[in-house]
Amino acid sequence: MSGQDIELMAHLMRRAGFGATRGELEEMVDKGYEETVEELLFPQDGRRLGDDVIRRYHVDIHESRIPEPPATEWLYRMVTTSSPLEEKIALFWHGIFASSFSKTQQSRSLAVQIDMFRRFGLGRFDSLLLELSKDPVMIIWLDNHDNHKGAINENFGRELLELFSMGDGNYSEQDIKECARAFTGWTLGNAEYMTARAMKASIWPYGAIAWHFGYRDYDHDDDEKTFLGETGRFNGEDIIEIICRQTATGRFMARHLYDFFVADEASVPQWPYTPPLDPDAIETLARAYVESDHDIRSVLRILFNSDFFKDAKFARVKCPAEFVAGVIRLGGDLAEPSLEMNEAGNLMGYMGQSLFAPPSVEGWHEGTEWINSGSLVERVNFAAEYFNDVEKPGVRDIIERLAKQNGGSFSPEDVVNSCLDLMGPITMSEESTRSALIQHVAKKGDLSLRKRESGKAEDERVAELLGLIAATKEYHRA
Amino acid sequence: MVSDNNGRSLVVIQLTGGNDYLNTVIPYENELYYDNRPTVHQNQSDVIKLDGELGLSPSMGSIKHLWDDGKVAIVNGIGYPEPNRSHFRSMDIWHTAEPAKVIGDGWLGRAVRDLDPKGENVLTGLNLGRGLPRALSCRGVPVASVGNLESYGLFPDVREEEARRDTLNTFAQMYGGAEGRDAISQFIGETGSAALKGADILRTAPEKYSSSVEYAANPLAQSLKDAAQVMCADLGTSIYYAQHGSFDTHGGQLATHNKLWGEVSSAVGDFMQDVREHGRDEETLIFVFSEFGRRIKDNGSGTDHGSGGVAFCIGGSVQGGLYGEYPSLKDHDQLEGDLHFNNDFRSTYSTILEGWLGLDAVPIVNGNFEQFDFIRKSKISHKLSGVR
Repeated sequence: MSGQDIELMAHLMRRAGFGATRGELEEMVDKGYEETVEELLFPQDGRRLGDDVIRRYHVDIHESRIPEPPATEWLYRMVTTSSPLEEKIALFWHGIFASSFSKTQQSRSLAVQIDMFRRFGLGRFDSLLLELSKDPVMIIWLDNHDNHKGAINENFGRELLELFSMGDGNYSEQDIKECARAFTGWTLGNAEYMTARAMKASIWPYGAIAWHFGYRDYDHDDDEKTFLGETGRFNGEDIIEIICRQTATGRFMARHLYDFFVADEASVPQWPYTPPLDPDAIETLARAYVESDHDIRSVLRILFNSDFFKDAKFARVKCPAEFVAGVIRLGGDLAEPSLEMNEAGNLMGYMGQSLFAPPSVEGWHEGTEWINSGSLVERVNFAAEYFNDVEKPGVRDIIERLAKQNGGSFSPEDVVNSCLDLMGPITMSEESTRSALIQHVAKKGDLSLRKRESGKAEDERVAELLGLIAATKEYHRA
Repeated sequence: MVSDNNGRSLVVIQLTGGNDYLNTVIPYENELYYDNRPTVHQNQSDVIKLDGELGLSPSMGSIKHLWDDGKVAIVNGIGYPEPNRSHFRSMDIWHTAEPAKVIGDGWLGRAVRDLDPKGENVLTGLNLGRGLPRALSCRGVPVASVGNLESYGLFPDVREEEARRDTLNTFAQMYGGAEGRDAISQFIGETGSAALKGADILRTAPEKYSSSVEYAANPLAQSLKDAAQVMCADLGTSIYYAQHGSFDTHGGQLATHNKLWGEVSSAVGDFMQDVREHGRDEETLIFVFSEFGRRIKDNGSGTDHGSGGVAFCIGGSVQGGLYGEYPSLKDHDQLEGDLHFNNDFRSTYSTILEGWLGLDAVPIVNGNFEQFDFIRKSKISHKLSGVR
């Protein structure tokens, strides 16, 4: 097993998941890269606490417990799941089909939407858009329940084209109106019940049901429409079918996948004016979209196995969910949900990403826009404090692995190099970071883990170093 | 040298989501208003009258008090050419002051750069809240972003003095290096260095502040309270930024819009009372804007994305009154079903940049725009002209 194999696998797991411990990486390298990609692409209902168990025994992190966005429960899945791509793809779609708690005011329905992303997010894009158009949170968020025959509300129609599929510049204002007409009658099925219920029940939705989709034939505009040059008595399904076979859709989705899984692109509004970072890569992914009949899983298979992916180590800035979930996965304090997880969920919000509550339908601005002085302070403080704790199982694991190297004796330089390796491996883009860490360790001289008392001073020096590594510039990158 | 522009502060409040102009400054005597808004209108008797034609939304009582004191300038019919009804794009246009093409830098980021060309004070611009709005971002210009003033700082868990000094030194070294950097690393490094510098200064602000004003319990009011604390600590901050929302009222508009304006109005009222108590109301200018107004016709329960809108400038040095023109609601005067804008938002920006912050507006908004006269000549400049 070479260092390069571990490095590549760590890269894959930062992108397709939320990072992995050294033990997990070694198992995956034994299995092989392509085989690991296949396992990621076909999520199993594997090792994680079931929703029923959480609801019964850990109600404090369950969506029914809090009227606020239930980020905690999702975060807990991100850090415990053995099928991380399932959560990652849900996060991907949540950023693009950004709908928020701020308008629906019901956690349950948002949890249902995210679950829909898990189930349909790796499948055919047509099916995903169809589910999205029937999703009650989306209907409320973009007012499609106010989109009536003879009195259209174009909000959903516009965003479906601009933000969810083709991108600005590939359709006319008239197409938006025709699209909105096709989605008249696509509304909420249990609005009366939910309204009555909301007036009677408390705001605590324990036992409440979710919003449901309903189709109202009598409110659907069944007349002829002309959409993207095609004419017919289109309903929503037809519109989605037309959208999904547009070249623009394949290219727009290819760029989104590249942006999220490979390297940070310019922000979305600049796409019509700025060429992609790697036009060939976008071409490859867009072609895969067409050739696979719009199958997201097939596009991702090509992406993860490509050279442009393998060569893009640390090319992205971690989003707060990746950052927080990654720290906790590596720190490994996960035996059961704890109130600490609630705090970690709130922290993601302070870092600029409240799950279930994106700032607007445009989603989050990503890349370096995640980093400003406020969010950076939150990231550094959280990560440094989390690792500077010899009781954390993940920290203990690193210390035990360290104790077996070099006969347990380290110069400051050796211990810095070994810790950088065991926490990632993390590549230092600059020598100055490494030398600052070495100087910091050198203030207390060489380190010996040979005759140490577990949990005492020498261990604490390692934990402090792990905290400082998590505070580096490099640790913000995936 | 950091320009102190006479200790003046600009406080920008962004109403996110597209504020409905027609239900904010209401043409309550105009029949076309009620014709176009069969559902989503305010009853004439509820409107807070400003004059014989226009009035404010019923929940804007605190702003009306400030209006009565002559401290509120209402810029009617503000907008930009060829309106774009996408939140995304429209907010970008307001943030970058550039309607024609997509650029990354914000107008306030550029203002911070010109106020403090050498980047000597990392607190010249301060965002109150999560994330950093594009308006304040400008490559190479440090701007502090503070979610919560009271707990702001690096490594709060390291308390022992020597360990703390060592840790912060190491952090400064790790983020300060400059050799062979790629752009991302460069950016993170600069942000970290600026954060370290700003954190220690900001920590002192709450200690220096006391006030009899009890702020309303809404997030905007809390942000403005943080602004007041930083202001009173004299840290050289010139530009503050806060947001409130969501004003994207496609459905169920009346209740939401009333609630939101109630929150904005009370937050602004509390803040102005606070700065007056500290003798700073003449050095404080609040600018309130939204990315667009909404359609003239309602959709049965809300309103869709429109164009022409309204902005407010509020402060002790403001020449209160109505500016711009209230757009006509007549069919042939409309712009694709929207109120037609009649003054470019960059006119207001230019007035603020030159008349308030003492900057050359032309390079910041990329052009010459006619300015308003809603900023009174300050006592200081009166004195100066007296000397001359």
